[in-house]
Amino acid sequence: MTYLAKPKFHHPNLPKNDLGYTHRDYEGTVSTLCAGCGHDSITAAIIQACFELSIEPHRVAKISGIGCSSKTPTYFLGNSHGFNSVHGRMPSVLTGANLANRDLIYLGVSGDGDSASIGFGQFAHALRRGVNMAYIVENNGVYGLTKGQFSATADRGSKSKRGITNTDNSIDLVAIALQLGASFVARSFSGDKHQLVPIIKAAISHKGAAFIDVISPCVAFNNHAGSTKSFDFVREHNEAVNRLDVISSRMPIEVKYDPGTVELVEQHDGTTIALRKLDADYDVHDRTAALGFLQSHAAKGQIVTGLLYMDKDADDLHGHLGTVEMPLNALNEKELCPGQAMLDKFNASMR
Amino acid sequence: MPTATTISRVNDFVVRFANVNGSGSASANEMFARAIIRMGVPVAPRNIFPSNIQGLPTWYEVRVTEEGHLGARGGVDMMVAMNPQTFDKDIASIEPGGYVFYDSTKELPASKFRPDITVIGMPLTAICNREYTDPRQRQLFKNIIYIGALSALLDMDIKAVEQLIGEQYKSKPKLIEPNLKALHIGRDYAILNLNCPIGLRVQKADKIGDRIFLEGNAAAALGAVYGGATVCAWYPITPSSSVADAFTKYCAKYRVDPETNKAKYAIVQAEDELASIGMVIGASWNGARSFTATSGPGISLMQEFIGLAYFAEIPAVIFDVQRAGPSTGMPTRTQQCDIISCAYASHGDTKHVLLFPENPAESFEFGALAFDLADRLQTPIFVMLDLDIGMNNHLSRPLAWDDNRKMDRGKVMTAEQLEAGRDFGRYLDVDGDGIPFRTYPGTHPTKGSFFTRGTSRDRYAKYTEEGAPYVDNMQRLVRKFDSAKDIVPRPLQANSGKATKYGVIYVGSTAPAMDEAIHIIEGRGHAIDRMRIRAFPFHSSVNSFVADHDFVFVVEQNRDAQLRSLIVNECGIDPVRLVPILHYDGTPITARFIAKAIGDHLDQLKVTPMKVTS
Repeated sequence: MTYLAKPKFHHPNLPKNDLGYTHRDYEGTVSTLCAGCGHDSITAAIIQACFELSIEPHRVAKISGIGCSSKTPTYFLGNSHGFNSVHGRMPSVLTGANLANRDLIYLGVSGDGDSASIGFGQFAHALRRGVNMAYIVENNGVYGLTKGQFSATADRGSKSKRGITNTDNSIDLVAIALQLGASFVARSFSGDKHQLVPIIKAAISHKGAAFIDVISPCVAFNNHAGSTKSFDFVREHNEAVNRLDVISSRMPIEVKYDPGTVELVEQHDGTTIALRKLDADYDVHDRTAALGFLQSHAAKGQIVTGLLYMDKDADDLHGHLGTVEMPLNALNEKELCPGQAMLDKFNASMR
Repeated sequence: MPTATTISRVNDFVVRFANVNGSGSASANEMFARAIIRMGVPVAPRNIFPSNIQGLPTWYEVRVTEEGHLGARGGVDMMVAMNPQTFDKDIASIEPGGYVFYDSTKELPASKFRPDITVIGMPLTAICNREYTDPRQRQLFKNIIYIGALSALLDMDIKAVEQLIGEQYKSKPKLIEPNLKALHIGRDYAILNLNCPIGLRVQKADKIGDRIFLEGNAAAALGAVYGGATVCAWYPITPSSSVADAFTKYCAKYRVDPETNKAKYAIVQAEDELASIGMVIGASWNGARSFTATSGPGISLMQEFIGLAYFAEIPAVIFDVQRAGPSTGMPTRTQQCDIISCAYASHGDTKHVLLFPENPAESFEFGALAFDLADRLQTPIFVMLDLDIGMNNHLSRPLAWDDNRKMDRGKVMTAEQLEAGRDFGRYLDVDGDGIPFRTYPGTHPTKGSFFTRGTSRDRYAKYTEEGAPYVDNMQRLVRKFDSAKDIVPRPLQANSGKATKYGVIYVGSTAPAMDEAIHIIEGRGHAIDRMRIRAFPFHSSVNSFVADHDFVFVVEQNRDAQLRSLIVNECGIDPVRLVPILHYDGTPITARFIAKAIGDHLDQLKVTPMKVTS
């Protein structure tokens, strides 16, 4: 129940981060989603990512739309301000919030109905503006809260729980995000926290529009044979291009993955992303190639996951607008109001 | 010879220019109006333009009014008929005894005119063809040439026009000389070949004082600058786009940090009105002062978000520059037709604060005040302009600002207060005024965070679908709306010198026409008290004004008597006591219209109660 806080008792030896917080300090209220929901795994990954990055929870603004996915911000970062806004409109609310205070971290949480159907326009425009955010779509291909209708990311030919076949083409949000100029584009799977946690960390550290599509099976309505968003299907068809880790100055890197070619990419905020390439030919800095790679694998029925594209020198909307360093919400009368003297001149010019 | 008495008036007449849009006439015509102001004579100009860029009919009307009647008058004393498409209708619209000025390069037969008007022909095209070879120059200078001719016909001070040409082209001095030349070509021709002056004359006066001449949209945008707005999100729509354009211009002038050259503002042209209002709500939620500017169709698109802002109690400022609806309606014509759709915007039980400025000066004042009200009341505030106020230049009192004025950020709990252990409930009515405290995101590491949502919640912002907390919250919102009644601008009342049983209520751009109509009505021997409502929710004085009179006329510019419905509904007034006077053809309401409608009612000595269901 969302109105039930989790008990605060915890093991005295829980690991602490640089701020002295345990991961419990990054939790929210108890999830009301179905047991086994992929979204809860994403919630856990967000908690882990924020814990590992030693983010002050109250310096995060978590903003969502409407739907199962958009309920999840109550389940993490209980000390953050959250905003469960209007269906499909998280991107505009987040954009406005970001303009008001560039110093906070913006976490946009949305779903496939929220971002690919009703909110497709806002999804597109927030990415093309380069709003500094981590935009996470918890993608299960289905409308959960209204009991199992297809969403726009459901693959053509996939079957609903009621046995209906989807005849509409699907929208691949990752491909669209690449086309729209998002400067960080990744896909992951809720069942793969080793891949997902570092991707979220890298997205948060990224300056600019970071988009993550997380395939997140719906245990109630989209985890059956014939679905292309079920746990089994995704595990069988997952084609990871890389594994990554985020190295901040505060946290030493732990290398857990298979050795391979490793590329280190430094980000604006001083963090370094270590990319362990699984596909030797994959170039994370080539937007055009990423699109081709994505589509050629989609044609083979493979779901490409990993960090697909990043522009480490990206700028954000504030950069484009040339706004002052101080958050706009902190400016006072003196800084904002030109006063009577200017008005006298103005009046004189209007005669 | 004219069959009607030729109109002969000084500083009291209407000249209308009939042009084709895209021909460059607008700036010449505006210069004509400004020249008369420079002569110390008030003018009330109005641009009547199509939703089009080039080729359709457009009119520019200049009311010359030494008495200072700034509303539209109705009727035309002199037509400058430059558009063959509308020629016949333009001729028909001239007052008996009036004048027409036309391009006589191709002589028109007498049947194209009327016997009761004075016809003044000038071969403008022939003159331009003789003087200029470049077709574009022929067109542009034709406008200046007819202004030159008018200056002679109306006995104007040519120095005033010359001075304006100098000012207008200050940054392009090469253009000054050719414009002056064109001006004098027209003037000299008129003096030599036409009977100058005609019966309509402009005579120097000293009736402008310190007044300024500007558009309501620009004034509202400057109000937003002074009011501390930092985030503007908007989507282009006539007639509101110039609010955002002006805000952009003024911010570039007043809001750029001189040391860093960085902007102390953010302006985003959004993908649609939904995104505009979404950004405004996001920014305001996060503690910035934020606004959007739109018109009726935009308000329709914003409905869902407006309900969220009402229910989740997030400040927002919306400038609604009203135009004739429904649907696309008449996008370049004026109305006051969004009163109901704004007052009750969104699904469920909602009510919103509306401000009704009457002119540019009040658009500036309310434009700034709206941000204080939005923060104080934590709710959307609508500033209800219309095309007439917004897109026409009006003579207006100079704009004024109190340098000691502070922004009222409303009830915002600080980190220090939270640290000191103050109880924070986002929807907790601690002061009995229905207004709770809020916190800005990022305030305190462990205290004061809350989850903002459009779903029902309790006083501590915790989700609930239980009936009692829902009702508790909805009742508090009513208390808050009641609190608004005493902090929004009060109605202005002006009583007739004599005791009277009749009153009149009106809002916004109806004001100048009403001010003039009162004199006409009084001239017919009637007394009437008036009240200009300046905000919704209505102050208690609205109830007492209605109670104090047998009948109250409600004058407004829409079909369905929306203001009247709102008064009936919110003040619990018997509808038969409010007599609707409605003007909604898309032109600005005139004193003549109001005076006739009210005067005819009063002449019957008995006001017929109308059965209006609206």
